[in-house]
Amino acid sequence: MGLIDIARSKSPWILHFDAGACNGCDIELLACLTPVYDVERFGIINIGNPKHADVLLVTGTVNKRSARVLRNLYDQMPEPKAVVAIGACALSGGVFHQCYNILGGVDAVLPVDVYVPGCAPKPEAIIEGVVMALGRMQEREQARKRGAA
Amino acid sequence: MMAEYLAALAAVLVAPFIGGVLMGVDRIVSARLQSRQGPPLFQPFYDILKLFAKRRMAANTFQMISVSVYLASMVLSLALLVMGQDLLVLLFILALGNIMLILGGFSVKSPYSQLGSQREVLVLLAYEPLLVCMVVGAYIMTGSFSAASVFGLDRPLALSMPAFVVTQALVMAMKLHKSPFDVSASHHAHQELVRGLYTEFSGPQMAVIELAHLYELVLLLGFIALFWHTNLAVGIALALACHGAVIILDNISARMTTRWMFGFTWSFGLALAAANLAALYATGPLPR
Repeated sequence: MGLIDIARSKSPWILHFDAGACNGCDIELLACLTPVYDVERFGIINIGNPKHADVLLVTGTVNKRSARVLRNLYDQMPEPKAVVAIGACALSGGVFHQCYNILGGVDAVLPVDVYVPGCAPKPEAIIEGVVMALGRMQEREQARKRGAA
Repeated sequence: MMAEYLAALAAVLVAPFIGGVLMGVDRIVSARLQSRQGPPLFQPFYDILKLFAKRRMAANTFQMISVSVYLASMVLSLALLVMGQDLLVLLFILALGNIMLILGGFSVKSPYSQLGSQREVLVLLAYEPLLVCMVVGAYIMTGSFSAASVFGLDRPLALSMPAFVVTQALVMAMKLHKSPFDVSASHHAHQELVRGLYTEFSGPQMAVIELAHLYELVLLLGFIALFWHTNLAVGIALALACHGAVIILDNISARMTTRWMFGFTWSFGLALAAANLAALYATGPLPR
């Protein structure tokens, strides 16, 4: 593992987007930033700016309105990046599945790396999801390097 | 002359490491003040390395030029200070770098970036008179604008210019974007402009900015250490004490408006500076 890989795994800046959640998942996600969980221990910062972010955390179902915004945010993030879907709604649409305005889970719009199930998932599960996403990001980067070589 | 160049080279090479560790200490102390554990000490280095390794995604070519000039101006200012060169030239180079960064922010049509840049202009306008007054004070003391003539004094500046230690600490808080002066941007995106001035800089450009910040921190500490050049250990302790005060100020105060910042620095800051300058005029320059 090179120096860059270590730096990447120790400094994941996150972007949080609520695509249409009931705020249950958002509260659990924000709880990660509080003194009890303090994700800054792992170098995680809620940066709030797609141009600086490494990991996109999406909560809630994706509807026809939020899909456009979600796509835009994802496109603005520079590679390497990862997407984590948080909560039942972000996984499949949850209780809103097959509603007339619902496209489904986040994977209807974006390639999702990690699915964190729950309604709402615990903060520990969300942190683990980010860590798993970093692993996926690393694998993809290595595959890209092998392809380039 | 050779020794000065070598000292400048050493300072330029070592500064980012000192700056990074101090920035790490800053983040840990801030976290502890908020009952959190905080990131590892070397977190700023991880952040910069990661940002350098991200794929380039520039909105325009000017962005990279602006951040490069910003970094170059910080490095050059630090080298000039260590070499004992003209303090006024140093201030102009410092301002040039800041203005290039602001132009970089203005070069993109994002409202966050635009508003952040406008506010950064006001921040620049707020602290620049304090810096100039400090240099004027040093001129009254030594009869020269060069830092070398300050090094030549046999009495520390802080004894004759105590008010300027306070104004330098204020300048430090403003330049490091600490509360209550973090109107244009802040390290954590906990404000209405998200990352403000830095919003549109991504990946390697942001890494260059962060690297320049490390130089900037060392430079600002160097300015304060200049006030006790006779014993560098005391100077460094004074600088670190000011840094600590700025961190505590950051954590106990809320962000204020640009108008307040302007009123505060131009009334309180300039009044302090003017009082000290008047006292210096009254007593005259030190016997050399």
